[in-house]
Amino acid sequence: MSEYVELSYIDIALASVFLLLNGALSLWLRLGIARNLAFAMVRMVVQLLLVGLLLKSLFAIQSPWLTLLVALIMVGFAAREIWARQERRLKGWRGLAIGGTSMGASVGVVALVALIVLVQPEPWWHPRFALPLLGMIMGNAMTGVSLSLDTLHTALNREQRAIEAQLLLGADKWQAMRPFIRQAMRAGFMPSINAMAAIGVVSLPGMMTGQILSGVDPNEAVKYQLMVMFLIAGATGLAVILATLGSARALSDDRDRLRVDRLRKVKT
Amino acid sequence: MLEAINLTRLHIGPVNLCLADGEVVAITGPSGSGKSVLLRAIADLDPNEGQLKTQSGMRADTPAPDWRRKVAYLPAESGWWADSVGEHFKAPNQVDLASLAIAPEAMGWDVARLSSGERQRLAFLRLLELNPDVLLLDEPTAPLDAENTARFEARLKRCISAGVSVVLVTHDPVQAARIADRHFVLADGQLAEAAHV
Repeated sequence: MSEYVELSYIDIALASVFLLLNGALSLWLRLGIARNLAFAMVRMVVQLLLVGLLLKSLFAIQSPWLTLLVALIMVGFAAREIWARQERRLKGWRGLAIGGTSMGASVGVVALVALIVLVQPEPWWHPRFALPLLGMIMGNAMTGVSLSLDTLHTALNREQRAIEAQLLLGADKWQAMRPFIRQAMRAGFMPSINAMAAIGVVSLPGMMTGQILSGVDPNEAVKYQLMVMFLIAGATGLAVILATLGSARALSDDRDRLRVDRLRKVKT
Repeated sequence: MLEAINLTRLHIGPVNLCLADGEVVAITGPSGSGKSVLLRAIADLDPNEGQLKTQSGMRADTPAPDWRRKVAYLPAESGWWADSVGEHFKAPNQVDLASLAIAPEAMGWDVARLSSGERQRLAFLRLLELNPDVLLLDEPTAPLDAENTARFEARLKRCISAGVSVVLVTHDPVQAARIADRHFVLADGQLAEAAHV
């Protein structure tokens, strides 16, 4: 295999030329997205440079507690992102807690199994393995959970009359909400299913491409990618199921009432 | 029989009300006075305080689904969750559609093609499948013409003579006088018995 080719900052600056061209075109076409584009680009550069520095010092320090702290901060950001992507949000602390705990629990368990049983780095919590793995799994689980919760909250609010009609005929809350819980779970599963279907045929995943570019044998890169995809799809499914059931529970009460009054519509 | 003791929900109450078996109480009041809120509270669809009792027992001791089967509420606008009409009934073949002048093939129809009057009559028949002890009716004949209102009232009277107690919210004082044994007015959150029906 060829050796790893190091990139200079000039190479990176040159790579951004096409994006800058996009910016110029969007100004010329008056798309109104030039500011957003510029902001997103700068944000990406700053965030990635910072995370590079952070990872470098974390690898040097090698503290399990610091690694755990960074992992928890990642969960916190993901929980906030899930919350922010919903058009109708649960009021109060539960809005953040349901997304955060369901994702933290499922991603945590899956990442632990991957580190202790599968990859087995020495020590098992080594930040060079733990944090990238966690990040990849969490990024995907976050998309699934936010889609399922957004679908659930919209459906329960829109179908209030149909759900209450079933409650009035003696259905319990789970019977009455079941079609909408299923719909929400399906929405959360779709990105994983689509990703698995398209992988290798339409898309070459970033992690695998990165490994190949840095000189790893393609067969080895494929093995790592398969493992990561299994972990991602598994963790996302668990997180989606936990979050949907948790949110449906929070939107009903022990007298089998539908409690859409606990939702708050966000002004868009 | 239905008894409400200090029933409170939002700005409504405390409401005290007692209906004997087969008794009909009409509730009138200005729009927005909370008549529907009161019926929803009796059906336990919204959080509320106070005690409720039927011949089957106290509400607090009854699981909510069982309570709603015994104290059945017909909202002003009915809800439908499946595509075809028949899917909303436990025994679609045994429903007495003719009593409310609904076509015998209606069970195979799509809900989307029902008129508001048909929806209302079918929602009533759907509720009667539960064999309730109490009926809570929220302006049940508002979308119906005079003929269908008469049929609806005739069907309701069969329930009443079988001992079902009825709380009827209506905007029509003539209907209240026609059906009800007692007449209450809900205003400023308080339920007051009118001097005469």
